[in-house]
Amino acid sequence: MSDTDSIKKGFEAYDSGVEKSIARFPERKKSFVTGSKSPVKRLYTPLDDAGRDYARDVGFPGEYPYTRGVQNTMYRGRFWTMRQYAGFSTAEESNKRYKFLLEQGTTGLSVAFDLPTQIGYDSDHALSQGEVGKVGVAIDSLADMEILFDGIPLDKVSTSMTINAPASVLLAMYIAVAEKQGVSPDKLEGTIQNDILKEYVARGTYIFPPAPSMRLITDIFAYCSKSVPNWNTISISGYHIREAGSTAAQEVAFTIADGIAYVDAAIKAGLDVDQFAPRLSFFFNAHNDLFEEVAKFRAARRVWAKVMKERFGAKSPKSLSLRFHTQTAGSTLTAQQPDNNIVRVAIQTLAAVLGGTQSLHTNSKDEALALPTEASVRIALRTQQIVAYESGAAETIDPLAGSYYVESMTDRIQKEAEAYIATIDGLGGAVKAIEKGYVQQEIQDAAYAYQMDVESGERVVVGVNKFQIEEGSPKGLLRVDPIVGERQAAKLKELRAKRDNRAVEGTLAALKAGAKGDANLMPLILDAVKAYATLGEICDVLRAEFGEYQQKVIL
Amino acid sequence: MDDSAVSADRVRAGDARATARLISMIEREDPSRLAVLKALHAYGGKAHVVGITGPPGAGKSTLTDKLVGDLRGRGRKVAVIAVDPSSPFTGGAILGDRIRMQRHATDDGVYIRSLATRGHLGGLSRAASEAVRVLDAAGYDDVIIETVGVGQSEVDIVRIADTVVLVSVPGLGDDIQAIKAGVMEIGDVFCVNKADKDGAERVVREIRAMLETAVLNGAATRFTPLFEARSALRGDAGNAGGATEAVASRGPAEQGAFHHITAQATGHPNLEIPPVVKTVAETGEGIGPLVDEIKAHEAALAATGFLRSRREANLAWELGRGAAQRVLSELERDESRETLAELARSVLDRGIDYYDALDALEDAMKRTQRAATTA
Amino acid sequence: MERTIRVLVAKPGLDGHDRGAKVIARALRDAGMEVIYTGLRQTPEQIVSAAVQEDVDVVAMSILSGAHNHLFPRVMELLKEKGVEDVLVIGGGVIPDDDIPGLKGAGIAAVFTPGSPTGDIIEFIKKNLKRKA
Repeated sequence: MSDTDSIKKGFEAYDSGVEKSIARFPERKKSFVTGSKSPVKRLYTPLDDAGRDYARDVGFPGEYPYTRGVQNTMYRGRFWTMRQYAGFSTAEESNKRYKFLLEQGTTGLSVAFDLPTQIGYDSDHALSQGEVGKVGVAIDSLADMEILFDGIPLDKVSTSMTINAPASVLLAMYIAVAEKQGVSPDKLEGTIQNDILKEYVARGTYIFPPAPSMRLITDIFAYCSKSVPNWNTISISGYHIREAGSTAAQEVAFTIADGIAYVDAAIKAGLDVDQFAPRLSFFFNAHNDLFEEVAKFRAARRVWAKVMKERFGAKSPKSLSLRFHTQTAGSTLTAQQPDNNIVRVAIQTLAAVLGGTQSLHTNSKDEALALPTEASVRIALRTQQIVAYESGAAETIDPLAGSYYVESMTDRIQKEAEAYIATIDGLGGAVKAIEKGYVQQEIQDAAYAYQMDVESGERVVVGVNKFQIEEGSPKGLLRVDPIVGERQAAKLKELRAKRDNRAVEGTLAALKAGAKGDANLMPLILDAVKAYATLGEICDVLRAEFGEYQQKVIL
Repeated sequence: MDDSAVSADRVRAGDARATARLISMIEREDPSRLAVLKALHAYGGKAHVVGITGPPGAGKSTLTDKLVGDLRGRGRKVAVIAVDPSSPFTGGAILGDRIRMQRHATDDGVYIRSLATRGHLGGLSRAASEAVRVLDAAGYDDVIIETVGVGQSEVDIVRIADTVVLVSVPGLGDDIQAIKAGVMEIGDVFCVNKADKDGAERVVREIRAMLETAVLNGAATRFTPLFEARSALRGDAGNAGGATEAVASRGPAEQGAFHHITAQATGHPNLEIPPVVKTVAETGEGIGPLVDEIKAHEAALAATGFLRSRREANLAWELGRGAAQRVLSELERDESRETLAELARSVLDRGIDYYDALDALEDAMKRTQRAATTA
Repeated sequence: MERTIRVLVAKPGLDGHDRGAKVIARALRDAGMEVIYTGLRQTPEQIVSAAVQEDVDVVAMSILSGAHNHLFPRVMELLKEKGVEDVLVIGGGVIPDDDIPGLKGAGIAAVFTPGSPTGDIIEFIKKNLKRKA
């Protein structure tokens, strides 16, 4: 009798025994599902491994298909980058927070911009009212950016900037600040999010329609591959797709489908895949279902490697390996009993680490209520440090590999993601699928199903629909001084008065001409930024040429 | 605002709240609406009523948004009624067309109202035609009704609109097939939206070919009589050769009004088909020409006298429907239900036959009506 | 015939997190209401004008960016300017408890923070409509 046969026999015996005992003592639920509502079996055994080929599907760290991780030593070499997303109010305030974080032991900066900045409006624009400095720092011009990084040597930190539609402008400002510090662009390390497709489906800070947006993105790819070679030119983001309510498999699928669209666009723009693909990075969510999340990260690496190799013929290992940043799931934080969020974040941190993330932001417990205070940011960072130094999870590579459950779930997520990608291919790719509303509809359906499960009590959220208590108002929340808007407006007025307005007009006219043609827009934007043209002025030029995107709403 | 504050004067003075509330009263068939509607009656009949219909995903809302913008540029006041289906299960509805038109929200010359079908099968809200009359009397120069056309039941739009724009797009698969299934003949102006996409030319060609075939075969399309009248005015043989004397006797000045209509080259001498306009609503491309064609159609309708006859036919149809509705409501009354049950029992018992029962029912209803009018 | 409740669901301000607004819109639809959804980036002026033209019974707004103290009261102000007093206005989003009394003082009837069941919102609307059924 072969191994498999004896296991099969043993399993059958076990199963019939279980059937008898649950006839008397039923299980807690009729059916068990993951956080993303996929069925979970009672037991996983070697029988679930059938059809998996270790060398082909799992392999070794740092080797195709990268299921076990993108480096060959992983966290035994060095820990992931602990990067706390921060930014609020004015450049002065945020600069102080960055210095605080660096003192506390973060190893990379992550800049949050306010919504007017993200949508390309100056602080004194009518639509900016009430929004200036609220969810991030307000940046109107190079002058603000100089203050933001004052005293922070840009050749010593890596900086991630959550900026999408106007990514070129903020990157140009960063390059200009570096030059003023005497740091040449080839020394710069960091990431811009620059992922417009997920803005259309999930996050909402779009400006331009898809075609010109894709052009801005490929212009950045081309520019950086020559001038800012260590910069991650895009962070293809599943994070917000998941926050919008998708399942784990959808998060992988839609993110990689977006990635395919960017690679297609860059190749169409004449770039060589191995020239820009090594600088593509990803950004995922870490949710509460520990094992499903670990499987998700592993599956994502495998799917991407296959896509890059088989579809695009990429050869460089760096093109094939999916490097990603992770943020713990904001949507799992509850306003009720906020201290419980610390525990959720700890589980999510563990998921990201066991899943092999390259960098991590941990949310603070009070983020369902307001922007985090310094104290709660510290706990969030400490959570990462405890997992790194005390949990043992970082001592060996991909410790959950070989778990019958995790491996079979990795296969399942890969299969589901590949099926979605095939559907999206059939619709003509991610851009078309988004224009048709397909991706939005899928996310929306999953989000609604989740909400209904919570409300029916089928899904328990501790402190929300079970184990509730009467509680008073949380105290000591961070507040952004509402005066920030006025202060920024005054700064803008001053700037417009004292800068060389002729130079500004000249650079904006050149940008306009460039936008009409097919020149790479990065150098033109850099010129405008250096002349202290404002973000709003630059984006207005592009708005006039490119038009504005109209949301496709699916309900 | 109290419903009783709604008056014809306020509606006519451009009070959006009064107009909006009156339409709500229409939607729930509130009897107190009738006094206001009657008072508004004298002021109606001036607006150009335009129907926009086509399959889901054709970009109708964006197109409507751009039409509103263009018409505003021509100095016209515009009202939009956007119709979406109610859920057959809950009666609820999500009305999302407005999203694309919100830039006009703060323009006093534009009124936008979303209506749910509320169980009405024709695809158009029952309230739509009354709402159109209100907006007409309120002084809007153009009233646009946007509705999803998904099959044969959607021809309702013809009963309200002076001019129907049938929107199509490339890439919906068998879009032309869907049009074939009975809505082709309702279009006065054909619009191929998203014309920057692959396959737009093919859609244009197919629509034209289908229209030509329809015209050559003398199919009873809505536009055939209009073209016959125009041909007669010009004195040529025209599409199907049938000339109406009444029209032929019109003067050259009225004939002049027709040159606005685009005669599409068809390859057949003297054969005309309705205009097919390509647009890219997202960028606004082709919107001006589309509005030109819509307005040319109105001019042609007016010059040939077909505007009046079309409206007459529509009103006659609506009156008939209104009367039928009254009979149905009459039958819903408890008294009627009793009579019905009684008659049914007689038929079952072989007392009277089915047809005598019907006659008896008719008599009974007439008696109640007489009683009601003399009371 | 039972009166159909009409609700305007709007996202004032610039934040693009519309998961909550969309879930609410759908839940209200499933509760038999007619929901007019106006999408992202709405100014208070646009919201109020749409509320008037659509003759809604309820305006439901969601903000996650922290701009609620500015934008919610502005909507109330404009409604008052237009003489609209029979519309129930509710808000939701990431809103600190401390801000809620101020918002209520400005006329926002209720504030629903993350984790509020859609059932509660539906019930609140049905119980607190300002217009008689």
